[in-house]
Amino acid sequence: MTISPGVSGPAALELQNVAKSFGPVVALSSADLTVQMNSIHALVGENGAGKSTLVKIIAGLYQRDAGEFLLRGESVDFTSTAQSKAAGIAVIYQEPTLFPDLSVTENIFMGRQPTNRFGRIDRKRMRAEVQELFARLSVRMNPDRPAEGLSIADQQIIEISKAISLDARVLIMDEPTAALSGVEVERLFAVARSLRDEGRAIVFISHRFDEVFALCDTITVMRDGRYISTDKIEDTSVNEIVRRMVGRDITELFPKQAAAIGETVLEVTGLTSAGVFHDISFSVASGEIVGLAGLVGAGRSEVARAVFGVDGYDSGTVTMGAKRVPRRNPVAAMNLGLALVPEDRRKQGLVIDSSVARNTTMSIQRTLTRGGLISSAAENAAARIWASRLEVKTNALDTVAGTLSGGNQQKVVLAKWLATDPRVLIIDEPTRGIDIGTKAEVHRLLSELAGQGLAILMISSELPEVLGMADRVLVMREGRITADISRADATSETVMYAATHATEHAK
Amino acid sequence: MSDTTLAGTGATRTYRDYGHPLWRRLLVSRESAVILLLLLVIGVAMLRVNNFGSPLTMTYLLLDVAPILLIALPMTLIIITGEIDLSVASMVGLSSVLVGILHQGGLSIPVAGLIAVIVGCIGGAINGFLVTVVGLPSLAVTIGSLALYRGLAVGLLGTTAVTDFPQFWTDLAKSKIGGTALPSIIVPFLVLLVVFALLLHFTPFGRGIYSIGLSSEAATFSGVNVNRTKFILFVLAGAVSAFAGIYYTLRFGSARGDNATGLELQVIAAVLLGGVSIFGGRGALHGVIAGVLLIGVLGSALRLANVTADVINIITGVLLVLSVVSTSVLVWLQNTWQKSRRSARNRTAQHSPH
Repeated sequence: MTISPGVSGPAALELQNVAKSFGPVVALSSADLTVQMNSIHALVGENGAGKSTLVKIIAGLYQRDAGEFLLRGESVDFTSTAQSKAAGIAVIYQEPTLFPDLSVTENIFMGRQPTNRFGRIDRKRMRAEVQELFARLSVRMNPDRPAEGLSIADQQIIEISKAISLDARVLIMDEPTAALSGVEVERLFAVARSLRDEGRAIVFISHRFDEVFALCDTITVMRDGRYISTDKIEDTSVNEIVRRMVGRDITELFPKQAAAIGETVLEVTGLTSAGVFHDISFSVASGEIVGLAGLVGAGRSEVARAVFGVDGYDSGTVTMGAKRVPRRNPVAAMNLGLALVPEDRRKQGLVIDSSVARNTTMSIQRTLTRGGLISSAAENAAARIWASRLEVKTNALDTVAGTLSGGNQQKVVLAKWLATDPRVLIIDEPTRGIDIGTKAEVHRLLSELAGQGLAILMISSELPEVLGMADRVLVMREGRITADISRADATSETVMYAATHATEHAK
Repeated sequence: MSDTTLAGTGATRTYRDYGHPLWRRLLVSRESAVILLLLLVIGVAMLRVNNFGSPLTMTYLLLDVAPILLIALPMTLIIITGEIDLSVASMVGLSSVLVGILHQGGLSIPVAGLIAVIVGCIGGAINGFLVTVVGLPSLAVTIGSLALYRGLAVGLLGTTAVTDFPQFWTDLAKSKIGGTALPSIIVPFLVLLVVFALLLHFTPFGRGIYSIGLSSEAATFSGVNVNRTKFILFVLAGAVSAFAGIYYTLRFGSARGDNATGLELQVIAAVLLGGVSIFGGRGALHGVIAGVLLIGVLGSALRLANVTADVINIITGVLLVLSVVSTSVLVWLQNTWQKSRRSARNRTAQHSPH
């Protein structure tokens, strides 16, 4: 599936069999990427496929454990981002970090201002160079205005200008268009094309296939930290790429027991929070597992937080049975039988420096009091029951939660919420960062709980998990629900398509 | 869902309540270290400092530290949530002036005191409002109210003082319980101590205080009302400070705008010395009481040994810095020890494969 380079001479950037692990977690097992000069190269993959790790290795932020890294045919080892920059590599991130109080010109020349013969900063020269640069990129922007208040698109242009003024030969754009409007995307593409024509190599990371196919000439797919394929863009198709990105046999992995689906328990109508999510309506019934899929940043966790009342929202309603769940009031939501296992286990799910017992009983303390007072004995008794039900692996109940493994931490969070005897469980990324064995346990547990009549809303970025577990799949894209797909119709292609394309409301 | 188990995963585990035996948990703690140090200082002072052992010394010692003891109670709770209240001493001053003026205006001491405590609650509520509703950092807010309440106090009474308090009340403030050397102020203190100890260590509210200090975000996600908790604590601090102000006024028989200036730093120093983490989430009241007494005993003993006030300040300061540093050193030691133990275990595991 590899293609022979269309240009002679060494590739601008070449990585072979690159591996990188963080402790026991393998982020990259064997990643390949060959980018030619005069080329715009797309790098695509699911969340967690290893794209960001690869970019960070190229940028000198991480050091690879194994593999080859060649720049214009020469082997390189970067131990810092400064070395990578000096070698002509520039990374443009989704959200640039500029100095807001400094001018556009000063930002472009930050740290390497030209000086005149008295050792003072030569403002005239800086300004002239910036104007020349902007003319070359056909950008109209006042070089003297402060960076404060510039749109993300303009900030990216500044970052790109900075890279060009450093004569970067390889530009990596990590999801540059995520926060841009249509016109801004067009301008960015025009800049990217003119840079390509100057002989530079550009790596373009994006989840939006329409953009990838409009801009790039070559496409590399990654999955699970591995290289999958590289093709010329005209030789492939969106469906082909999506299939390769997902590419697993899914249905056998997560056997979901059939559960009797009862009446609707949680009903969300027209939930809107300006700039975050818009007109979100869905319902979850007793015994049902509803998957909420979408890309990172689509607004799924934000919806969950608003429903539970940790965040507010502008309009819309949340009801449990016949009762309205009040806005911004997690305690009331808990009392109505709502539970939320949040996205960030270490920051939101657990008080990480507190004990297993305290964490487990956090949500049910009011029920453990006698005459308003609570004792460690009562807490330990309750915690013991839940720890043994979920088989939390620890010797003592006063073990600090932060010292447990990720999977066991997740069990403590689950225990904490199951202890409240909820009617609806919202679970955000139930198995992120936990080992395969515990993953299977969590899936079996969710399946069992649904069988006992619990209504579950499962947010997950892992497609196999969503497809294997969910009775129904909702897909969010850029703050809106773009599809509601039944289990029978849900395939990785349909879900991925809805997550990446501006489809009409599929309801 | 009460019969949920993970089916087919074998035997149920057993869990001990604690990973370490009782003696170890009791001995290896900041609180025990402070208590031991306090006993040590008392012991040495008894043997080496003339008159330290006399009942009169203890009476005056307790009379002196009583305002610090009182205010340290709510301050401990506030610092455990990760906030701070620097306005407490100014509230003592404001309360003192109010009692003076209101008494001069013809009100009885109990009525004047009650009004002062209500004003204390309002002052605390202003701090709490600015911290929780407006969302400002408590350090900034209470530096502001420190100046504001002190300014009000001095503004109301100028540089004069009210001194004509009824002898019954000034005597009561200095009185002792029966024939003992214990001053009467210990009684309201003990009542408040019980209330605060139950609140912090034996209620869901108190559990919330600790989890807010350790992770405010996780507390929110678990249904702890972070803002309400903090607001209540600031109100309590205002009320207790105002009460301490009444005591201060009657004990010295003088209501002045500059009463108890700088007392907030002594309170915070004692709380930190008592093992409460300035970052929040850690600490216990028995350690704080020992911390207050340690600073008080040390000062009293050194004064009796004719050590000058500056030197006493230096010693207290060094003690405080050491106590803060010792926490970091202890953590570092613990980590190194665990690391070396882990690597030793790995080595033996490599030598004996099974």
